[in-house]
Amino acid sequence: MTDIWEGLLHAFRMLLALDPDLVEITFLSFRVTLTAVVIASVIALPLAALLVVRRFRARRAVIAILNALMGLPPVVVGLIVYILLSRSGPFGVMGLLFTPTAMIIAQVIIILPLIASIAHQSLRELWSDYHDLLISLNTTQRQRIVTLIWDGRRALLTAALAGFGRAIGEVGAIMIVGGNIDHATRVLTTAIALETGKGDFALALALGFVLIALAIMVNIAIHWLTRTETEGRW
Amino acid sequence: MRILLGALFTLLFMVNAWAQDMKLAVTTSFHNSGLADILLPAIEADTGIRVQLLVVGTGQAIRLGQAGDVDAILVHSRTAENAFVEDGSGTHRREIMYNDFVLLGPQSDPAGIANSQSAVCAFQVIAGKKATFVSRGDESGTHKKELNIWALTGYNPADFESWYRAVGAGMGGALNIASAMNAYILSDRASWLNFKNKGELALLFSGDQMLFNQYSYLPVSPDKHSHVNHNLAVQLEEWLVSDRAKQLINDYQIEGEALFVFNAVPE
Repeated sequence: MTDIWEGLLHAFRMLLALDPDLVEITFLSFRVTLTAVVIASVIALPLAALLVVRRFRARRAVIAILNALMGLPPVVVGLIVYILLSRSGPFGVMGLLFTPTAMIIAQVIIILPLIASIAHQSLRELWSDYHDLLISLNTTQRQRIVTLIWDGRRALLTAALAGFGRAIGEVGAIMIVGGNIDHATRVLTTAIALETGKGDFALALALGFVLIALAIMVNIAIHWLTRTETEGRW
Repeated sequence: MRILLGALFTLLFMVNAWAQDMKLAVTTSFHNSGLADILLPAIEADTGIRVQLLVVGTGQAIRLGQAGDVDAILVHSRTAENAFVEDGSGTHRREIMYNDFVLLGPQSDPAGIANSQSAVCAFQVIAGKKATFVSRGDESGTHKKELNIWALTGYNPADFESWYRAVGAGMGGALNIASAMNAYILSDRASWLNFKNKGELALLFSGDQMLFNQYSYLPVSPDKHSHVNHNLAVQLEEWLVSDRAKQLINDYQIEGEALFVFNAVPE
């Protein structure tokens, strides 16, 4: 138990002193995950809307696959991305392995199915309300997708935040493709794994608390920016 | 929207790659010793090379070198190193320094290995008493050393019962498990001295020649992987065998104990 208090105290001390290493890895964590969430959302949200408004033969199969991939083991994703990006792999010439870009690629793969599945679920309910109206207005498919995404933006934000939550706390994949290189690809989660390995539980926990605080702050900031809780809006 | 996209691309491709960067795969035991924190700033000050460390087990370090994903490796497993040079992945093998392995166990030493004649005897006692033993089990240099010793005892780890725990973790992870289980474990001295979760573990046996742990530096072959930064790898080797490195390595101490002995020979 004492380790937990020590960890909390240590976290406060590091935050107050604005420890430069801590700032660096926290910023990298934030940058990698935020970029991954933006890229994954740009792909996943229109995909989810398309799956709602358009009936095609493979639709059910695509939905089932997306749902199943929500549980994709990060270590496996990491290993596959590693093999693809390795110098002896097909994309080796790009020299992306052990860079933040490789970590972003792995995280996009991990969270894309999650964001798409949650978004699809909420848009489907919205579609059942909008269906008759949008059909009677004789809208194009593009207009329907845009309307659904815009009017469902709050639910979609929740989907994106779920993706953020999964990506910011992920360690298995980014450890493999990032390599946990000091001052290059070390992020909060890989630093926690490293300090745990050194038996320095207080420092590992301190980093853990910083990670939790970061996740909370991002969620509060998003809700504040979009004024979710303001009266008169839903 | 265009600004947003621009920002996105900057975020995506903002890679801290400098011309003087090289990637070196090192073993967890070397990194846990803390010596890297002394050597890396000195290397950057003297040569301008920024060494990016990938801290992995020897097995994975060798895989990274074979795939050409790093420019050089610093590992400690002679057989694997020789194979690495023979298959053309590395240009050559250069011995840099050594430290030693130590046998740790619960302070009370239930199996009674503290006064063993040799490392092999100590292992035989542990196996005879079936005292809980944690093995790295991850193909690392430390794991291979442990298997070499078992091979000399006449026991085969494949036949061991549940007292022998192959945990498949790095040195730190394995030490954490040994500390929690109060088990015997083979560790390198540096990781042990730097380890902060010792619990009831204590150093019980060390000093046998058998337990010496030679670290070697192997540049990845530019013939096999044309993209590797061979010039920097050679420059780094020159620095590692220099008098300055010798002084830094020999003077490095934790709790008053010297950890490494520099033993590179000039060419």
